[in-house]
Amino acid sequence: MFEATDLNRRDARTQRLVRALFLLMTVLLAAPVLLILGVLLVKGGTMLSWDFLFTEPTNGMTAGGVLPALVGTVWLVAIALLASVPVGVAAAVYLSEYAPDNVLTRVINLAIINLAGVPSIVHALFGLGAFVIFFGFGTSILAASLTLAIMTLPVVIVATREALQAVPHAFREACWNMGATRWQTIWRVVLPNAVSGILTGVILEVSRTAGETAPIMFTGAAFFLPFLPASVFDQTMAMSLHLFVIATQVPDVPEALPYGVALVLIGMVLAMNALSIGLRTWLRQKKKW
Amino acid sequence: MSDAEIAVRDLTIRYGQHVALKGASFEVRPHEIFGIIGPANSGKTSFLKVLNRMDTFTAGMHFEGQVEVGGRDVRAWRNLYALRRQIGVVFPLPVGLPLSVYDNVAFAPRLAGVRAKADLNVIVEGCLRRAALWDEVKDRLNALGSLLSGGQQQRLTIARALSQKPRILLLDEFSIAVDPVTTMRIEAVLSELKAEMTIVLVTNLVQQARRLADRTAFFLMGECVTVAPTEQFFLRDADLDPRARDYVEGRFG
Amino acid sequence: MSAPPPHPDTAALDRRDLAWYVDKLVAVLVFVGGVSAVVFIVGIFAFVTHEGWGFVSEHFSLRGFFGSIRWAPTSTSNPTYGALALIAGTASVTGLAMLVAVPFSLGAAIYIAEFATGRTREVLKVLVEMLAAIPSVVWGFIGLSVMNPLIIDVFNVPIGLCVLNSGLILGLMAAPIMTTIAEDALKAVPDTYREAAEALGATRWQVTRRVVLPAARQGLLAAVLLGVGRGFGETMAVLMASGHAINLPTSPFDSVRALTATIAAELGETAVGSTHYQALFALGIFLFVVTFVINLSADLIVRGIRKT
Repeated sequence: MFEATDLNRRDARTQRLVRALFLLMTVLLAAPVLLILGVLLVKGGTMLSWDFLFTEPTNGMTAGGVLPALVGTVWLVAIALLASVPVGVAAAVYLSEYAPDNVLTRVINLAIINLAGVPSIVHALFGLGAFVIFFGFGTSILAASLTLAIMTLPVVIVATREALQAVPHAFREACWNMGATRWQTIWRVVLPNAVSGILTGVILEVSRTAGETAPIMFTGAAFFLPFLPASVFDQTMAMSLHLFVIATQVPDVPEALPYGVALVLIGMVLAMNALSIGLRTWLRQKKKW
Repeated sequence: MSDAEIAVRDLTIRYGQHVALKGASFEVRPHEIFGIIGPANSGKTSFLKVLNRMDTFTAGMHFEGQVEVGGRDVRAWRNLYALRRQIGVVFPLPVGLPLSVYDNVAFAPRLAGVRAKADLNVIVEGCLRRAALWDEVKDRLNALGSLLSGGQQQRLTIARALSQKPRILLLDEFSIAVDPVTTMRIEAVLSELKAEMTIVLVTNLVQQARRLADRTAFFLMGECVTVAPTEQFFLRDADLDPRARDYVEGRFG
Repeated sequence: MSAPPPHPDTAALDRRDLAWYVDKLVAVLVFVGGVSAVVFIVGIFAFVTHEGWGFVSEHFSLRGFFGSIRWAPTSTSNPTYGALALIAGTASVTGLAMLVAVPFSLGAAIYIAEFATGRTREVLKVLVEMLAAIPSVVWGFIGLSVMNPLIIDVFNVPIGLCVLNSGLILGLMAAPIMTTIAEDALKAVPDTYREAAEALGATRWQVTRRVVLPAARQGLLAAVLLGVGRGFGETMAVLMASGHAINLPTSPFDSVRALTATIAAELGETAVGSTHYQALFALGIFLFVVTFVINLSADLIVRGIRKT
């Protein structure tokens, strides 16, 4: 039989040590999520009720619910999606199905990477300069949503492109050989098989969009508005900005209130994320080829 | 104007700098099975791709020379999708689209504008029958075509190609991923189809060309070496290029 | 041969039908979609520069902007626009964040890519994704109401809104993107490398250290760069947790103010077109250029990998 040498034993010990260290690091990195959820639940859980979700803030935002902010966030996210999903899917279809390997394609890819990396406050400056002032939308849901749309566009593009590229090339060739045009091929075979992957990306984008604060601060979100928006040219409250406002700008807020608002916000975001992760897992199990 | 179904004159195919086929000239006659044999990388598949202008969808692929299909230069087509609808293609590896068996076969008719369910039913059943697949799938036309067995998928591909009502059927080493029994069944189908269309059969199996092809071309390293009636390849005293004889007799390839 | 050629009337078959025109139209539409990304990034630079140009052309000097720590745009007697303290604020917070995030993210990436298997791996990945999903304003709120009293208690300092607080938070915020990209880089190393080394009797860790890490070096560097970019551009969390005091920090317990936070805090109170307003856009130009360079470098590094 082989005898374990001292060297072997030392290697094995190092291996176990390193493995434990990396596991510890991973856990320390991941633990804050649970910790934060725990803290928010403990301190803000008592706030949660249907009344909290469906009444307006009162007493200078020191009491009452979050209805206008909740509705505002839904408006902002919906309009942002309406703008970004068609453009993002078109861009992804171009990159995945049409783009030749040339300089322009490389420039587009670089633009997408940079669009994702531009600081959110710079997006806010852009939204202010472009949509609010130049295009004359004023501080409005429209201006804020378009700012959010451009900011989250890379999320849709990247997710959609991945979903499209996961569809085997052989399917496209089979369609082309039958005389299908590029678009018929995409519409009848590629997109139907990528739609769930695209959906995963869109849901992820919803979660990103709902949580953003900086881009909407100067483009369309208001500190306090006692009524619900009636059109896209109105300003609106938003959950994310509402949390910022009551946490930093409003005096004498009862301690539990901002925790409650944070809990609702993070609940929305994580629910969307869970949906996205769930969909992805389900997809992986449901193979079509 | 010749009455050849496919007329190739001085065809050269390139991928970037790489030359896949050089200066090939030959003709394929109507209603014959035209075999193309030769080792890998001889330019056989590239030739098929030129016939239905797949070069437009293949990065870096270009061709020079003249290729006529049905008496019309393939470059002259203003709507090359209409050209492709004339030509059915069967790949080496079977590709069942991730649609139901029914939708696989109804795909091309629908593109051509057939909408009525009754008409589609007739086409689907007819094509599946002729591809010798009907009996195996008639009870599960709604199953995914991409999840059939390899042999079934290959026959599904043939049914799909037939659903285009093609004038020309191109087969590219269709038996690579298929069991011998299925291969024999498909070969029988091809012999019948000859009456209705012209068939170009690229094959790596010399014996398959011998069984099926009326005339056969031998491609080698980008060169069309010989075109001759198939039996000539197997006659001891025929006047045949020595490279073709060596290949047919299995000395290389 | 006298029989007429059996050819069909190809000219009649060869008509451009609706499908042909639809296909061409869609090709144009998706091209516009693809190019829109370029239009947007150029548009962002153009609009931010346009709004801030007045400041750059009239009030900007290298010394005054990068050399002065006095950011006093609202002073009536002598408004000054020195960005040095703001840059130092951003740099100190980002620096501390990277000190925390780089080792932990790389460690986590190595564990997830090389050691973890099956269910553990899935759970860890989901947790990392959840970490990425927490909105920055919630992070800021955590810094403000959880970390702040904690730091005051533990370190016995008068205020807990400081470099340490925002740096830790920023580290946690930048960690997921670094972990994900680093993990991708590690996974891109072919398994044959690992198998070859393990066949020689090396342990997993030896394989990782000697073979996998060197092979993934550039991808890991790109991951770190993108993390830096993320930290550099973060706004709400830094605004809420850093104390927002114009200050050249000398210890982790000093309050500082970041570039991004300055824009967020002051833009609402400026008149459109005023020098102060333009100065804030000038900060925006600076932020844009720096993040652009960071992202470009990361991309070039990654592209370098693909070439070799």
